[in-house]
Amino acid sequence: MALPDAGTGAAPFLRIEGVSKSFGSFKAVNDVSLTVEKGEIFALLGGSGCGKTTLLRMLAGFEEPTAGRIFLDGRDMAGVQPWDRPVHMMFQSYALFPHMTVAKNIGYGLKHEKMTKAERDARVREMLDLVQLTQFAGRKPHQISGGQRQRVALARALARQPKLLLLDEPLAALDKKLREHTQFELMSIQQRTGVTFIVVTHDQEEAMTLADRIAVMDKGVVRQIGSPTEIYEFPNSRFVASFIGSITSFEAKVAGREGAHLVVDVPALGGRILARDVPGVVEGQAVTLAVRPEKLNLTKERPESPNAVEGMVKDLAYFGKDSLYRIALPSGALVQAHAVNARRGMEAARVADWDDKIWLSFDPGSAIVLAD
Amino acid sequence: MKRRPMFLITMLAFGFAFFYIPILSMIVYSFNESRLATVWGGFSTKWYASLFSNRQVVAALILSLKIAVISATIATILGTMAGIALARFRKFRGRTLFSGLVTAPLIMPEVITGISSLMFFIMLAEWIGWPAQRGFTTVTLAHITFSMVFVTTVVQARMSQADRAIEEAAMDLGSRPWQVMFDVTLPVIFPAIMSGWLLAFTISLDDVVITSFTTGPGSTTLPLLIWSKVKLGVTPDINALATLMVVVVGLGVVLAGIIMNRSAARARADERMAYRSNE
Amino acid sequence: MAEPSTLRDATAPVEPRQGGAFARWLDRRGWSDILIGGPYIWLLLLFLVPFLIVVAMSVATKTSTAPPISWGGEVPLLNWEPYQRVLSDGLYLRAFLTSVMNAGIAMILCLFIGYPMALGLVRVAPSWRNILLMLVILPFWTSFLLRVYAWMGLMGRNSWFNGMLTDAWNFLVPIDWAVRSIPMMNSNFAVVLVMVYTYLPFMILPLYASLERLDTTLDEAAMDLGSRPARVFWDVTLPQSVPGIIAGGMLVFIPAAGELVIPSLVGNASSPMIGRLISDEFSMARDWPMASAIAVMLLLLMVVPTMLYSHYQAKAGGSK
Repeated sequence: MALPDAGTGAAPFLRIEGVSKSFGSFKAVNDVSLTVEKGEIFALLGGSGCGKTTLLRMLAGFEEPTAGRIFLDGRDMAGVQPWDRPVHMMFQSYALFPHMTVAKNIGYGLKHEKMTKAERDARVREMLDLVQLTQFAGRKPHQISGGQRQRVALARALARQPKLLLLDEPLAALDKKLREHTQFELMSIQQRTGVTFIVVTHDQEEAMTLADRIAVMDKGVVRQIGSPTEIYEFPNSRFVASFIGSITSFEAKVAGREGAHLVVDVPALGGRILARDVPGVVEGQAVTLAVRPEKLNLTKERPESPNAVEGMVKDLAYFGKDSLYRIALPSGALVQAHAVNARRGMEAARVADWDDKIWLSFDPGSAIVLAD
Repeated sequence: MKRRPMFLITMLAFGFAFFYIPILSMIVYSFNESRLATVWGGFSTKWYASLFSNRQVVAALILSLKIAVISATIATILGTMAGIALARFRKFRGRTLFSGLVTAPLIMPEVITGISSLMFFIMLAEWIGWPAQRGFTTVTLAHITFSMVFVTTVVQARMSQADRAIEEAAMDLGSRPWQVMFDVTLPVIFPAIMSGWLLAFTISLDDVVITSFTTGPGSTTLPLLIWSKVKLGVTPDINALATLMVVVVGLGVVLAGIIMNRSAARARADERMAYRSNE
Repeated sequence: MAEPSTLRDATAPVEPRQGGAFARWLDRRGWSDILIGGPYIWLLLLFLVPFLIVVAMSVATKTSTAPPISWGGEVPLLNWEPYQRVLSDGLYLRAFLTSVMNAGIAMILCLFIGYPMALGLVRVAPSWRNILLMLVILPFWTSFLLRVYAWMGLMGRNSWFNGMLTDAWNFLVPIDWAVRSIPMMNSNFAVVLVMVYTYLPFMILPLYASLERLDTTLDEAAMDLGSRPARVFWDVTLPQSVPGIIAGGMLVFIPAAGELVIPSLVGNASSPMIGRLISDEFSMARDWPMASAIAVMLLLLMVVPTMLYSHYQAKAGGSK
């Protein structure tokens, strides 16, 4: 429907240029630059204290950057007060006005618009309809459930048609079951309204499902920006690789190039393996070789793969749909591997059992070489 | 673990007896027929009748109420401003002095506040010719000053519990700081403001020492009137007056307690409603 | 669901609303200036200035003019004589001592009565607790003056209460010691008794607050580890309620030491407390410098307990 028409040559909708924010000697945000296209869902992902919330608050206007500039739709936002910004925020605590009804909450921002009462009421009704809360219009925030409060907060922030909607941990206060449902609802509302969303979250799954693009932040710095697939499949650093999903990594050394592949020496795997080529690394350079557990194939027989090593099952955990194996290699290293339990049965379901010998292999394309 | 703490219960019983026996005794003796306040001479309500026909008492009561309402209202406005300022603005020039000024009247002995106010008004009259005479205005000014800091304490405590994000949300939705205050902050902390007002009202209505220093001829508040009578000893009409005041205040506090219980029950009902609304 | 038609028009240019100079000032910093400035100026003018006048008065010279003081002119600009008198005249030193003694004894009695009451309030069934708490707070809302007055009625020579005590006394002691009534009024005993009566809620409430916060599983853990209940009290409950004890103690001591109403009504005129002395010097002797000097000394005396109080308050606030 309303997919972002990115890259049409026009200037980016939101441009953050070298923005830093210090609190005393503490640098909360350090020289962040990024652009967001109109209609995109963009996620700022990182652990607590990584600067994502400070960045969000600078976009809302609650904090002024110490250095750098923010342009929204071509306009420099420096010195524009929160109440003058066409940017609205959905707060983590929802921050609903406890003394106002649901309808009053949603209509609050509209009193600053030049509209007649009828227009205002119509807009509120429209928003109530959008978030399916029409029957609760007259209730106070403490008379509705947590999920409903979240939708009121969303409707309130959308009512004034912001150019940019900031969502601070939008799903954190909901329980797991409700969270999944709400994720899709958020996406559908974003598509229908076409408003650009910036979501701050510490939950990588949430970021992966919701966002068109993700910026991974750490200690005030953006470590990588990309689509969920890019971030997951092609992390650019050990930090990003281990922050998103789980990973097994080994110390390695670049031995040379062979066709489209990189040859790396991995002592822990007992020899040389082939990996996807990464530009910039040179022969003899110390690197990290990383493999995601689900990219490892487990077989009883020696597979036809350039990257194969035999090990022994040391530990296994049965999760139902899949199992996690911890495999000891001859070098003494421990590797984690996931295998789907495709067959049904008590014993037959598993690929291997405790103390079984097993072959471990992976595609050169799945082996990630990380210089950082 | 569920032993009955007999010792503690005994102490509670003694404590409450200590609290209430003097007051009950005073109430009983207000119905005493005898002019001798401490010797029982039979039941009578004549002291109440004489109280209501005593124009001095009625005038003093009206004056006290007037001063208390005006001073509590202004003290609540100023005290709320100070409480919000201290809770919301972490850094401003002179904050240390300001927070000192807000706490000092709480611990300043009343007699010092009294003489300092009196000397201030006298010196002021000496320098600028105002106030020419002390009375209603000077008492009200003094009451505002020392009761506003109680309001500040109450409001500041409430503000530090309030979710800051609510104010930010209002600002984010287009409201300027002053609109945020009237639309959101004040309604949210309204119960604290009300209890601040009640506190200021009670303090003003009850004050003897500061009033006695800052008042002038013709402006006798009810506590001052009682003070001047009590200094001469115990009399049955003061017993009657005291009984009326205790009963009025007691009913007020009990009523407030019932209202608070009601709102707690309503909050529980809301919670159930919120739970059910999930379907 | 219908496509929300009005929602897709977020293309209006970003333009700040224009306002007058006043509106812009109000938005930027005027609003905080007003909020801070209003009460600030009020307190500076009506609290700090009067207080500074007291300090200035304390080094002025008494005259027979109106107002009865002067600085400079034919008298020295700074007159230290009031302070010298406060520190050398036994009357003033005795008054300070009486104040500290009376307030201190009242504080300790309040602690011994208030602590078990507060603990009792924490331990009673929750359905009772609110009612009992209200009964503790209720006297606090009734007139202070009338609470003092109530005791005047009880302590008087002909009262039933005095009579009861007299009978008890006469029954217990040898016949030679018998009295017609117990002279309770106009004594330091009366002052302390009434102080305990009027200030007891100030002790119970902070104690209750600090005891209520305690984790009862700690008690159970201590008992589980073999401590008897009395031992648990000493080892677990009491140490944790120290901030409450200090807070309550200071809330009783500070106002009690500067008390004027109680000693004036039930106290002994020949050994006055400091508050009464200030009032008498000011109103009766019309010696403003002397009254001011005593006031300044009293405030200095209050500095230590006040610091102690705010120190423990800050600690209690930080540990929440």
